[in-house]
Amino acid sequence: MRHICLYFQIHQPFRLKRYRFFDIGEEQHYFDDLENRLHMQRIAYNNYLPANAVLLDLIKKHKDKFKVNFSISGTALEQMELYAPEVIESFKALADTGNVEFLAETYAHSLISLYDKEEFKKQVKEHVAAIKKHFGQTPEVFRNTELIYDNLTGKSVAEMGFKAMITEGAKHILGWKSPNVLYYNVLNPELKLILKNYKLSDDIAFRFSDKSWDAYPLTAEKYASWIAGADEHQEIINIFTDYETFGEHQKAETGILDFLKAFPEEIFKQSDFTFATLSEVAEKHEPVAGMNVPYAISWADEERDLTAWLGNEMQKEAFNKLYSLSDKMSFIKRHDLQIIWRHLQTSDHFYYMSTKILSDGSVHDYFNPYPSPYDAFINYMNVLSDFTLRVNEAYENIIPAEPEEILQKIKDYERKIKNLYAELQKPKMIERAKPVFAAIEKTKQETKAVILPKNKKRTRK
Amino acid sequence: MFGWEFPPHISGGLGTACYGLTKALSAFDDIEILFVVPKLYGDEDKSVARLISAGNISIKQYKTNTEKIFGEKTSSVSKNNLSHNFETLITDKLLKKIEFIEIKSKLQPYISHDEYKKFLKEHKHNILDKSKKLYYEKDGIIKEVTLEEYEKTSRIKEGKYNFSGTYGSELLKEVYYYAQVAKVIAAENDFDIIHAHDWLTNAAGIAAKEISGKPLVIHVHATEFDRGGFDRIDSRVFALEKAGMEAADKIITVSNLTKNILIKHYGINPEKIVTVYNAVEPQNNLKKKYKKNVKEKLVTFLGRITYQKGPAYFINAAYKVLQKTDNVRFVMAGSGDMFHEMIRYAAKLGITDKFHFTGFLKGEEVNKMFAISDVYVMPSVSEPFGISPLEAARSNVPVIISKQSGVAEVLKNAVKTDYWDEDALADAIYGIITYKGLSEMFKKQSKKEVDEMKWDKPAKEIKEIYYTLLNKQN
Repeated sequence: MRHICLYFQIHQPFRLKRYRFFDIGEEQHYFDDLENRLHMQRIAYNNYLPANAVLLDLIKKHKDKFKVNFSISGTALEQMELYAPEVIESFKALADTGNVEFLAETYAHSLISLYDKEEFKKQVKEHVAAIKKHFGQTPEVFRNTELIYDNLTGKSVAEMGFKAMITEGAKHILGWKSPNVLYYNVLNPELKLILKNYKLSDDIAFRFSDKSWDAYPLTAEKYASWIAGADEHQEIINIFTDYETFGEHQKAETGILDFLKAFPEEIFKQSDFTFATLSEVAEKHEPVAGMNVPYAISWADEERDLTAWLGNEMQKEAFNKLYSLSDKMSFIKRHDLQIIWRHLQTSDHFYYMSTKILSDGSVHDYFNPYPSPYDAFINYMNVLSDFTLRVNEAYENIIPAEPEEILQKIKDYERKIKNLYAELQKPKMIERAKPVFAAIEKTKQETKAVILPKNKKRTRK
Repeated sequence: MFGWEFPPHISGGLGTACYGLTKALSAFDDIEILFVVPKLYGDEDKSVARLISAGNISIKQYKTNTEKIFGEKTSSVSKNNLSHNFETLITDKLLKKIEFIEIKSKLQPYISHDEYKKFLKEHKHNILDKSKKLYYEKDGIIKEVTLEEYEKTSRIKEGKYNFSGTYGSELLKEVYYYAQVAKVIAAENDFDIIHAHDWLTNAAGIAAKEISGKPLVIHVHATEFDRGGFDRIDSRVFALEKAGMEAADKIITVSNLTKNILIKHYGINPEKIVTVYNAVEPQNNLKKKYKKNVKEKLVTFLGRITYQKGPAYFINAAYKVLQKTDNVRFVMAGSGDMFHEMIRYAAKLGITDKFHFTGFLKGEEVNKMFAISDVYVMPSVSEPFGISPLEAARSNVPVIISKQSGVAEVLKNAVKTDYWDEDALADAIYGIITYKGLSEMFKKQSKKEVDEMKWDKPAKEIKEIYYTLLNKQN
């Protein structure tokens, strides 16, 4: 019983428009709607729709032997709803086959897991709700933004009730060990870890159309033979890529969709592997060892660390300044501000500020709408400055309970207690004492309930 | 006059000074000006003026003494919606006495070698056509050659300005080429005085003097010591500057600060140098036109972000002020070779929620920036003059300037600090944004003072210099 897991990530950020210093305090719209729409529609027609059609055909053809996994970020879902609703329909059709599993993540594809575990859980819940709404599934497997993982994040994920989490099979963590088996979180062994096989994944995602690569051209037959050649202890092969690989990063002309079409059949021909969903894998296989990751890893760049998002001063500054608002945002209920707050947390904004130019510069370039990381930083900080003004204003307008009001309530309750005690003092009333005591106790509790939360709120301010 | 930048393409102090001075000089009945200016090919609006070619080389001569041309200019301006400066220029009858010659050249003011290389890269399509004809003078005869041929011969030719093109000398090559064109102009036009602004035109000034024998005035707006700092002097630029100063019959410096640099570092005879301070044209209050959108006080740095302008001192002072008060925002407007470094520095200090960068501002944006500012800061390490504080004061903005600036010699109603004294700078910023009485006083007094500093005063001084030179010659 050996399995291949295909997992595809879909994410689109809400890109910011050019927002100048002079706009601060005046312009309240931050997003480049036209660019976001064009981007989504282009990818929908080049990539999502044709690739989905291929997958649907494959599922019809191979039935239960072929399964795939997706994670679609909340922001990508929003954009699909806004600009390309037929994409959602086509994912629904895939979901209805029962052979497609959707994973949970943070709603806005944020880096919150590194900052605040409580807020992290909240954002995951939002995403789970969105997946449930669109596809009628409750995710059982978790995948964090850009496969970011460390022990503590894993622990929080386990606390939320997920049975497995996927992450990068980072070379510097695994060493000689294989990514093709299950591991578990060292702080909570209940959480199984499913690792990306980066060699086989990157063969498709990055090298597929690289003519200088010695394995070029990559045929389904050749690729299947590599997997078939794995020895029997390699139980699970996890091929995790961006879904944009199929039509956008690798254009349709490269033959990537034909490759996808032919791949399952070749696998069945050459080996005993079948395709599985990630939750099936987590159920059917046992972990072999714990994986200790004290410092966060991700699937980005050569280093598989966080430096693509939080590598330089600008990124750290923007990150710190953004999350310095989180206390206030937890009190603000205004829907418009909450939406912007989520969209500003999307990891891509930090990625645009990356100054890494070495091996991965070209990948960074591809995704970056700004001419330089400095422009990205200035633009983001200008937007954040204006947003901060609005948050502060909204925060000022939250009306806390007045002290007089609270004092009055306390007085009322005290009088009530006094009266009840007076009742108690009356003769021949002992048999009535019990309910009176209970009433006193109840009143005390009520007093507490009124005073405490408001006091707490006041001290936080 | 070998000058720089005319509206609407003014991007810095040198252009502003040239424009103001030329305009004021032409107001005198006895002065006519032939204004020679390098211009990037393709930039000029061909519809605005009649083109008189000085031969088959890349020189454009604008005869501007006809009503008709100005009429055409006005209409094309309103169509193109150019800046208001240009409209004042063309409607100003005084300027009819200025004749313009534009030379197709890639020379750019305010630029270092490294920046120039970058500039050439960005303007690849504008790079000079090597097959273009050009005149040069040899053995007293003016010859016609292509630029390519010329470059070949010029390396063999001996001469003071013969830089071989081995290292980053694109800029110097251009200076040399410009000087050759200047010779042609000098040979073909009639004039009494040569007036050259800043080192890039020094070679042109010398060349014109050689061919015409007329007296040369070198106008020093900045020296290599200001631009590079004392430990980063480019010896070739220094040599060219010194040659210009030595060849000159009179040198005009924009401040005593600069005069002293000339005496001390270039070994120039003090008697040859005269200080003529820059000025500024009065302007209406723009505060009503532009509204500030943030409630905090706005402290502005506006200029090229280079070593010379002391941007890091501004950031450090901003950091100090932000420790004491929240009611302030800082803006660093402009760009330059230290732009990225400064962004990272401010990010590292963790103040970028209150410290903003705008990048390069053009035309009207500059006025807007001044109008919404509450304090203007110029912490220059070395500033020969510094017109921008005057422009700020003109817009009712209190100014803080470094003692190491020429403008500090003339502007009384301003806070003056040593550029390195970040504490004093922070103190002054805090004082002005916190104490209303102080800022109101500065606003009123400096505005009054600056409105008096018109260009006719320096123009008069320069006219006197011209006459002394001519009398001496006769």
